[in-house]
Amino acid sequence: MDTRKFLFGLQLAFTLAVCAFLVVPVVMSMLAGLTANYLTGLSSGLTLRWVIEVWTGYRDTIFLSIGISVACLAITLLLGVPTAYLLARSRNRMARFIEELLVLPVAMPGLATALALIVTYGVYRGFRTSWTFILVGHVLFTLAFMVRSVLAVLSAIDLKTLEEGAASLGAGLRQRFFHIVLPNCRNGILAGSLMVVTLSMGEFNMTWLLHTPYTKTLPVGLADAYASLRLETGSAYTLIFFLMVIPLLLGLQALSRPRPSRFRGDDELNPEKLP
Amino acid sequence: MSPAPARPLAIRLQACAKTFDTGVRALEPVDLAIDAGETLVLLGPSGCGKTTTLRLIAGLERPDAGGKVFFDERDVTRESIEKRNVGMVFQSYALFPNMTVAENVSYGLRIRKVQAPELRARVTEMLSMMRIEALADRRIDQLSGGQRQRVALARALAVQPRALLLDEPLTSLDAQLRETLRVEINLLLRRLGITTIYVTHDQTEAMALGDRIIVMSHGRVAQAGTPREIYHQPASAFVADFIGTMNRLQGEVKGGRFLCAAGTLPWAGGADGVRELLFRPEDVRLADEGEDADLSGTIAAAFFVGDRTRLFVEVSGSQLVVDSPARCSLQIGQPVRLRVDSRGLLAL
Repeated sequence: MDTRKFLFGLQLAFTLAVCAFLVVPVVMSMLAGLTANYLTGLSSGLTLRWVIEVWTGYRDTIFLSIGISVACLAITLLLGVPTAYLLARSRNRMARFIEELLVLPVAMPGLATALALIVTYGVYRGFRTSWTFILVGHVLFTLAFMVRSVLAVLSAIDLKTLEEGAASLGAGLRQRFFHIVLPNCRNGILAGSLMVVTLSMGEFNMTWLLHTPYTKTLPVGLADAYASLRLETGSAYTLIFFLMVIPLLLGLQALSRPRPSRFRGDDELNPEKLP
Repeated sequence: MSPAPARPLAIRLQACAKTFDTGVRALEPVDLAIDAGETLVLLGPSGCGKTTTLRLIAGLERPDAGGKVFFDERDVTRESIEKRNVGMVFQSYALFPNMTVAENVSYGLRIRKVQAPELRARVTEMLSMMRIEALADRRIDQLSGGQRQRVALARALAVQPRALLLDEPLTSLDAQLRETLRVEINLLLRRLGITTIYVTHDQTEAMALGDRIIVMSHGRVAQAGTPREIYHQPASAFVADFIGTMNRLQGEVKGGRFLCAAGTLPWAGGADGVRELLFRPEDVRLADEGEDADLSGTIAAAFFVGDRTRLFVEVSGSQLVVDSPARCSLQIGQPVRLRVDSRGLLAL
């Protein structure tokens, strides 16, 4: 009995140690953003000075990042959901090939994709210097995540028979897509949206090459701040990033939770169990 | 939409064959006529083409070139399922998981833009007809298999379809529930008088429900007829074996008698020569004491099944299935004498 308690204690200690190892740097970084002087430590007092400094200096990057990730989400929804639907309907070799092709930008280093974009479209100055240039890179990178998560949900349900059922009741292609397909892949769309928004918000590799001094995103600004300003400023920047991303994550996580059941049991018509 | 059920529909398939993109021939050219108001059962083992035939009628598949589908006298071959106004029930039910029971049932009516008061009345009517009013607000994943089946039927019938197409609707249910629902569906179809095509691999279901049965095998019609015709006058060995249990006995016909090692049977049909005779288990019984017997053999196995005892009797090298009263006690290896009802004898 005592050995079991000891072993349990040991496991608990190990788990807590691992958690601490992962969480402490995050807390330290956030604290650093609120400390008057990081080298002196917390004794120098807490301040919002750095946060305000970041806000005044880098506000634009924050808004740009939000803008790009929202635009990226809109495009991946418009392109990705119908693509996933088409791929789910035709499970042949061509569909498989397209599915693999979509993952290519994820497998390739972001720098390589960025270089390819610059080499091909860099000559169009207006496009090169606009934020839409970054957006194109982000869409390339995130589209696979939307398609995959929607496709996973669509493959799990018997979409073909559901559509045939709707068709037998008179529903045309459009009606079937909006009444049957979309509502039933809701969870896949939410999961995909979560991935797309957070990936786009935090994307650095590709954006580092694609950005111009006038189109800095949040992560680019963060690198900039760490490289050229005080450590406290960089940390304050991280703090702002957390404050933006975490509510978003929690919100989407809550949305994608399955709805609670309102009824259970009292199966008066027959006693047979649910499959 | 009229409140009275639509006039029943006659359906005709003309030289309908189906070859899939993979090159597999699912259906050889089939001609089929289904009378208005009739319940037709398509029966056969898996891969016999029965579901393909149903899907051709539904409009979920197009026949190969040359094949035509007629609803009454109208050629609907090119019409998609959305336009055909047929009610369909799938083996997996295909209920929409994103909708409640009532929403599922009303879906076809909403597509047809039926006005709210009429829509509500019709949904209520359907739910009460299937005795699932209490489930109206439930989600599909909160229903049992039997309940799903009822919802699927209510949904298919809500739009007052001109024909009802059922694809193995009871297959995924357990035996007891299957029987209850079979009786219920039978009563429902008689009451509605709707043209119905019912696909199954279960001969009991086919017998109980069908006005007519089409037995299919390898993409062809093996036999078409009433349940009695199919059972008592099977057209081929395949049909005889597929429907019920059939005993087979090898022997020789000579001068109006059938001779085999275990005895003789009267046989008036056909010329002399080596023959195989067939008969059903219920057409053979144990001979009483002192009664003349047709065949003799020994008990190979006996299974008590409640209402009767099913005997396996070894008779001149082949095993016959004999149904005898439940209260008989027989030992394995015991010699028995059998009497065959000559009206039940068949030769194919």
